[in-house]
Amino acid sequence: MLRASIRFALLVLCIAGWSVSALSVAVDRPLEDPAQEARARAIHKQLRCLVCQNQSIEDSNATLARDLRLLVRDRILAGDTDQAAIRYIVERYGDWVLLKPPVKAGTIFLWAGPAVILMLAIVLIALWYRRRGGPAGRTVEPLSLDEQNRLKDLLGDGDRS
Amino acid sequence: MTAELGHFALVLALSVALVQATIPLLGAWRGDQGWIALARPAAVVQCLLIVIAFGALMHAYITSDFSVLNVATNSHSAKPLLYKISGVWGNHEGSLLLWLLILVLFGAAVAVFGGNLPAPFRARVLSVQAMIAVGFLAFVLFTSNPFERLLPAPLDGRGLNPLLQDPGLAFHPPFLYLGYVGFSMAFSFAVAALIEGRVDAAWARWVRPWTLAAWCFLTTGIALGSWWAYYELGWGGWWFWDPVENASFMPWLAGTALLHSAVVVEKRDSLKNWTVLLAIVTFSLSLLGTFLVRSGVLTSVHAFATDPARGIFILAFLIIVITGSLTLYAIRAPAMKGGGLFAPVSREGGLVLNNLLLSTACATVLLGTLYPLFLDAVTGEKITVGPPYFNATFGPLMLPALIAMAVGPMLNWKRADLTGAIQRLKFAIVAAMAALFVTLVMAHDGPWLAIPGIALGVWMIAAALEEAAYRLRLFRAPAGESLRRLLRSPRSAWGTTFAHAGAGMVIIGIVASSAWQVEKLQIMRTGDVVAVGDFSFKFVGASPFRGPNYSAVSGTFQVSRNGDDFATLKPESRNYQDPPMETTEAAIRTGWGGDLYAVIGDPTGDGAWSTRFYHKPMIHWIWMGALIMMLGGLVSLSDRRHRVGAPARRGAAGRPLNVAKSPAGE
Amino acid sequence: MSNPIAEQGSRRHWLRLVPLVPLVIALVIGGFLFAGLNLRPKEIPSVLIGKAVPDFELPPLPGRPRGLTTADLKGEVSLVNVFASWCVSCRAEHPLFMKLQASGVVPVHGLNYKDEGSAAMGWLRRHGDPYDRVGADLKGRVGIDWGVYGVPETFLVSAEGRIVCKHIGPIMQRDLDDKLLPFIKALREGGTPQC
Repeated sequence: MLRASIRFALLVLCIAGWSVSALSVAVDRPLEDPAQEARARAIHKQLRCLVCQNQSIEDSNATLARDLRLLVRDRILAGDTDQAAIRYIVERYGDWVLLKPPVKAGTIFLWAGPAVILMLAIVLIALWYRRRGGPAGRTVEPLSLDEQNRLKDLLGDGDRS
Repeated sequence: MTAELGHFALVLALSVALVQATIPLLGAWRGDQGWIALARPAAVVQCLLIVIAFGALMHAYITSDFSVLNVATNSHSAKPLLYKISGVWGNHEGSLLLWLLILVLFGAAVAVFGGNLPAPFRARVLSVQAMIAVGFLAFVLFTSNPFERLLPAPLDGRGLNPLLQDPGLAFHPPFLYLGYVGFSMAFSFAVAALIEGRVDAAWARWVRPWTLAAWCFLTTGIALGSWWAYYELGWGGWWFWDPVENASFMPWLAGTALLHSAVVVEKRDSLKNWTVLLAIVTFSLSLLGTFLVRSGVLTSVHAFATDPARGIFILAFLIIVITGSLTLYAIRAPAMKGGGLFAPVSREGGLVLNNLLLSTACATVLLGTLYPLFLDAVTGEKITVGPPYFNATFGPLMLPALIAMAVGPMLNWKRADLTGAIQRLKFAIVAAMAALFVTLVMAHDGPWLAIPGIALGVWMIAAALEEAAYRLRLFRAPAGESLRRLLRSPRSAWGTTFAHAGAGMVIIGIVASSAWQVEKLQIMRTGDVVAVGDFSFKFVGASPFRGPNYSAVSGTFQVSRNGDDFATLKPESRNYQDPPMETTEAAIRTGWGGDLYAVIGDPTGDGAWSTRFYHKPMIHWIWMGALIMMLGGLVSLSDRRHRVGAPARRGAAGRPLNVAKSPAGE
Repeated sequence: MSNPIAEQGSRRHWLRLVPLVPLVIALVIGGFLFAGLNLRPKEIPSVLIGKAVPDFELPPLPGRPRGLTTADLKGEVSLVNVFASWCVSCRAEHPLFMKLQASGVVPVHGLNYKDEGSAAMGWLRRHGDPYDRVGADLKGRVGIDWGVYGVPETFLVSAEGRIVCKHIGPIMQRDLDDKLLPFIKALREGGTPQC
């Protein structure tokens, strides 16, 4: 019996055999209305080709990618808005097919992440900077207890004279 | 026989690496000169052994020795020699051997050229380097042996995919690896410094040439890969935020931050914690990249064939190296007290800002790349984090850095006058304003963001030039004075000028080619003409023909501009037999103003063909800019001060420091 | 009187923990990467699980009496196998479907995806025809409605006509024994097993 990895490789081969993705350009028949075609192409760029690796359906020559491109064009001809056409595909394949991750509970850390990291870093730098004492010479490392006592003695001596 | 020789060389190298990883380190701790002295010869021997192993594999490829499994799987007797050679590293096992080769070459370079380093420190550096080698050698010998035999040997190999026989594809991995692995040197220096418990200006001076070299190579490798994708993938894309691309970009971002941060350590003895951390992080990201490509954890165009056993091994190695070094950092970092206080507005302040933004950008790319994995592991949901995410987050983060990059070199150390610095950038401001105006007038359509985008690029270039002019007192002092300053100017300053100007060019290239690209997709019949920007494409005809291992259709397009003949483009659509594939080869015409692309697709059945044309203005500025950045790095590298060594430790300033600890170099 | 040294000391203490942060982050990432080795990022789970079978009507293959429609999938638990004559791994799993049909445990329907009718019939004649009904999806549109992205895929449909499970890739004996058959049994007993 075939090992799991081998049979998965076979599946991939089946898909790959139909999906020469990486080295080809998608060239199919555009819609009559240039405005609609422009909309279709913009939507294509937002949808991931499921059988390629990390390409949009616009950039892939895979058969499934082409089928999806035709589907998007049909949806536009049928009167769907951009959002509706995209939703049509997402209903069938899930959020994975969107190149821009949707903002939902699971992706909060993703979208908020960069800003949060930036804020934290700025705060840390500010704290570090203040602790170090800022511009040259204005603040100095605090004295230890010994040094404080020595200072008191010295000053005390000076006063007595 | 050579395969066995190569295998044996690897085994020997492992033993040498084990010795090199332990004895000199112990020797440095105990003060045993003999053990310390073992580091240099060990590093050289290790290098020779791996060179032999690599040579053995290369020999097997060149002679098409199909009794070696690796050669049989990845090569073919009919392959041109160039691709037989590049086939050595075009597979998992061979690429690991290349990784090792570069690792030990850098180690040997430190052993041979690191005469300015104190012996104990150098011994520690080489030991750490050897530890990494031990890990990789073990990985190769136990899970990915390139010298495995295949008996009986097949008559011919299986690796004749014509699509992989391309110079750009073949030769960009060595540059990338030189970059990745080059940063292992900075890592070793950092860990050695942490072990010693001392990071100072001398350390920063020593680390700089190695970091610069690695940075140059990585910049070249990334640029080459991007350029290859552009002309080969056929539709003009050059960056996809693919996980493996990100895996090379993250070390570059961290490495750039490291380079700049080390300058502060060198000049002002400050930012030590951050610099050491960056050195560790940069190499950790390189290792992470190595893992991501080979483990199947992320889907990517570039990924090698995956194997869970290998994945676990690399991950274990990764975790040991990274957590080990970060633990050492956590323990030692608090004890490193910095000198050099500085005002927020100062060159140091500018470099802190630079560090901040580059590190955050790097963290963002890491977050986006690994997020699908995180989500899948936690909730089982699958999502895709594609270019829209990265463009939305990375761009805004880098923007302030790019603007500030122009002002930074004008700021003084310790405390700077921002107004004064900006006043010294008068020319750059004027140039940027002019660019803004000109672009506004000339750009008919396209996103409005392109206008400030171009102005930004011009600002960066003009500021770099103006800073150079200021340094030379150009036009303000007699020409003789300027010339004198030119000759005495430190090369690293010129490196900065080139690198920053190059970055400005890259920005202009990116903005222009993205914003003002013209793309036309249509059905054409013979004789039809389509306008693409200023150009007209006329479809002359299409005809079938046979290639060496494919059948194809070739289309001919006559391109003219304003009535004058400009070019003839002949794109093809090919059908390969073995393996069965259909591809389209774009015809590209590179011109001064940009590139013209033509692609021919499927026939519609009634004598017409689908065609696609592009005009991409100024796209080559991207790679020319990268080239200039790399040249800047090289110029900086050639600075004499890197070769003379650290004056502080030798007491050249008249005040010997730590004389008892380190005997003057060798 | 406030003790500046103690204050300074406590602040120093707090910031001293910061160098630990990179280590912690590295460990967390390492943990996730380790978990990631066991995941399969290329397998996209179906979003149609629990939803009704899409509305469709497919004609039969030339030479076969019955096509496949939505109505055909209501009334009993069934399997829908997406296959094609050009698919190599379909051949690997085909004997299992022959055995399944012989055992009569569950009806198996076929969805012939983006294939040529005569080629498909030839393939079935050569390797055996285990299918009750086969729908010919020439353009692949119905496949898209089912969320098909590769071949073979197999869907488990409940008696109410809901998609309750999807298997990606060829079915092996182990998948049948450990996953599908127990699943079918649980369904028939009125339970709601998790795919």
